[in-house]
Amino acid sequence: MSETAIALKGIDKSFGSVHANRNINLTVRKGTIHGIVGENGAGKSTLMSILYGFYQADAGDILVNGEKVEIRDSNAAIAAGIGMVHQHFMLVENFTVLENIMLGAEDRQVLNAGIARARRTLKELEEEYALQVDPDAITEQLPVGSQQRVEILKALYRGADILILDEPTGVLTPSEADHLFRILEQLRNQGKTIIFITHKLREVMAITDEVSVMRRGEIVATKETSQTSVDELAELMVGRRVLLRVDKGESTPRETRLEVKNLTVDDERGVTMVKDVSFAVRAGEIVGIAGVAGNGQSELIEAISGIRRARSGEVILEGEPISVSGEADPRRLRARGLAHVPEDRHHMGLVLPFEESENAILGYQTDARYVNGAFLNLGAIRSDAGEKMERYDIRPPDPRLKTANFSGGNQQKIVLAREIERDPEVLIFGQPTRGVDVGAIEFIHKRIIEMRDAGKAVLVVSVELDEIRGLSDRILVMFDGRIVGERDGEAGENELGLLMAGVEEEGTAA
Amino acid sequence: MSTPYAKLPAWAEYVLLPFVNVVVAFLVAGLVVLLAGDSPLHAFQLMIEGAFGYGEGIGYTLYYATNFIFTGLAVAVAFHCSLFNIGGEGQAYVGGIGVAIAALWLDRFVPWWVTFPVAIALSAGFGALWAFIPGYLQAKRGSHVVITTIMFNFIASSLMVYLLVHVLKPVGAMAPQTRTFAEGGQLPTLGWLLKLFGLNPGIAPFNITFLLALVMCFLVWVLVWRTRFGYELRTLGFSRGAARYAGINEAKIIILTMMISGALAGMMALNNVMGDQFRLQLDFVNGAGFVGIAVALMGRSHPLGIIPAAILFGVLYQGGAEISFDMPEISRDMIVIIQGLVILFAGALENMFRPALASAFGRIGRSRRDVAAPAAGE
Repeated sequence: MSETAIALKGIDKSFGSVHANRNINLTVRKGTIHGIVGENGAGKSTLMSILYGFYQADAGDILVNGEKVEIRDSNAAIAAGIGMVHQHFMLVENFTVLENIMLGAEDRQVLNAGIARARRTLKELEEEYALQVDPDAITEQLPVGSQQRVEILKALYRGADILILDEPTGVLTPSEADHLFRILEQLRNQGKTIIFITHKLREVMAITDEVSVMRRGEIVATKETSQTSVDELAELMVGRRVLLRVDKGESTPRETRLEVKNLTVDDERGVTMVKDVSFAVRAGEIVGIAGVAGNGQSELIEAISGIRRARSGEVILEGEPISVSGEADPRRLRARGLAHVPEDRHHMGLVLPFEESENAILGYQTDARYVNGAFLNLGAIRSDAGEKMERYDIRPPDPRLKTANFSGGNQQKIVLAREIERDPEVLIFGQPTRGVDVGAIEFIHKRIIEMRDAGKAVLVVSVELDEIRGLSDRILVMFDGRIVGERDGEAGENELGLLMAGVEEEGTAA
Repeated sequence: MSTPYAKLPAWAEYVLLPFVNVVVAFLVAGLVVLLAGDSPLHAFQLMIEGAFGYGEGIGYTLYYATNFIFTGLAVAVAFHCSLFNIGGEGQAYVGGIGVAIAALWLDRFVPWWVTFPVAIALSAGFGALWAFIPGYLQAKRGSHVVITTIMFNFIASSLMVYLLVHVLKPVGAMAPQTRTFAEGGQLPTLGWLLKLFGLNPGIAPFNITFLLALVMCFLVWVLVWRTRFGYELRTLGFSRGAARYAGINEAKIIILTMMISGALAGMMALNNVMGDQFRLQLDFVNGAGFVGIAVALMGRSHPLGIIPAAILFGVLYQGGAEISFDMPEISRDMIVIIQGLVILFAGALENMFRPALASAFGRIGRSRRDVAAPAAGE
């Protein structure tokens, strides 16, 4: 078990002035699951892209099974026995599973022989690794977990001995993730080597044999998983001690601030994404909405905040109804005390090419503080932005810097500062810590709890179950557009996981 | 790893990169001249001398540049809202009606400086009206402005033929054009400005519209970067999602932006109709609307970039005319090819040299930093 599958020696890579990987030395032993953890921008993806041939290293060697190899493109990677399962699946959605697996390995112009061979090989692979997928199913109709299995099969079909999985659990329910882990263990037991990239430390502890921690382009430590702990890994990742558990006192909910009644919302294609949803959020409590991405949470909060028209139903803000299916206007709702930190800060919460100060007024651009008649009051906008940057420790503290040049955590703080500093009564947080580094997560969670303690009504939507459980006083679980259960903040992970997978209600198959 | 190329310093982004693009365009154009059996150096010399070598040439260069500033600004304003207005040609053409109405109505009664503001308002109004319909269709019906504005160019063309043949042509005249405006419909030249520099403007139609164009550059800058409307326009241009989130009325911004764009294109008509020909003629826009696209691309949609880009195309127009005059092998069509090459390299292929330039700068920057702070360790 001590043979080396992959050895990286002195890998160095820069993009312009950004030094993404510095002198990386990494040894992955054959037949192990090797975790690579690090914050966003630590250089994990760059390193794996070098290993898979998307980029060439500026310096350094790659050794596969002890032999030096040149990996110029993904074909060379495959030839060296390296397969990759991307975070965003590289599947043709309207192909069958079999067609996807064959793609790029069709053998001949006429497909018949290739199809027969692929079907045979697929059958063997399925039996060997317990990877069940119907080869004739249309890919887009499969659940996400199965699509991921197709990706894994694709790599195995090409003869991969070393599998790289990039953030594989981001899109999975807890039970699907468990299933994936069983598959990975099976693969390891059959002698495959797996590199598992993630930012979720608990998964690293659960599945890996060894773990390497990256920070600022360097590998700062490699540990036997059994010899380390979540706290130690977090400290290595961030470079200082971090509080992973959210510290919060009892909630003291008071009157209802936000009430949603029988809300039904369609998406652009006319598919009903939110089905007859009702709930209420009271002052001084945090209500969390758990669920796997794509079960209607996005549409729900967009409808509440006036961005998306609802088909029917009612939203009552501070006792007064909002016309959610008619003329609801995000700007007017803001004036009425509803603040919204959107799920997707890149496409909604921020305009990335803007200066920071310009983003600090997004949504409040008609506010008398920021304008003189038709003109922007740039002096007021910039000094206001500067103050917020100081209070929220946004770095670098330059209101004129382009927003795209801030890190994910600092970008999220820009949005947070903008929305929280208006002292709203109702706050909606969509994925408050998505793509945010561990240090900033702690900061953001503290702020959210401060808002609750200040008597605000807080609604949090997140696909991170840990986050929902850590923050919420009450938890609602969404599945297929409906609220399928309500639990208190102490609910167990398994219980919520089952609800998220839609298996609670007996008899009503989803 | 999301940005494979490092950001360029501002001077490289706005000066060096366009310069490299233009130089390459001229090198390739030189090859074309060589293939036609002439000396590229001689052609280049003719072009520069024709455009800058004497007062009248400079006058013509700036006269053409005036056209391109207007149409370039028109395209640029729409670009900031991520609308691709390729209907500047038609909007400028229809803007000519506004100029003609003002001049034909007032020219015999009042001096030019009374007619001029009316003509500005009417040309802008007609241009805006011509852009309003595509803007409305985009905002309310989702019909893409690229399709509708180009179709409106053809409609404008037919409309103008009809008007000039049946409505605006004086009785008994042979040519499809209006009568010549009297003095009150003629804009003064800026010949005195060239004379200040000791140049002889000759008969160049370089006129006061040039100053209006510069004023418009300033106003466009104010509009886009200093007003609330400009803020909302840019928000929508960069991100529809963010605009919806911010409660920005998308339809209103799209329609108004298209109208402002059309108004700027419409004002181009002043330069030719009131400043040069003193009558409304067929096809007076002569491609300036399309050149505006290249000018806006090259000028990075910023007024300070648009002015030099417009002057460059003024050089190509004026100097190109000189080349075809002095070098019979180089026909007028060849000049169009050369202009096309500049558009190709400066506009369409503007990113071709960016990666090389960026990595060169990255290397320089890194080595400089490493020298400055060898053990800083961030």
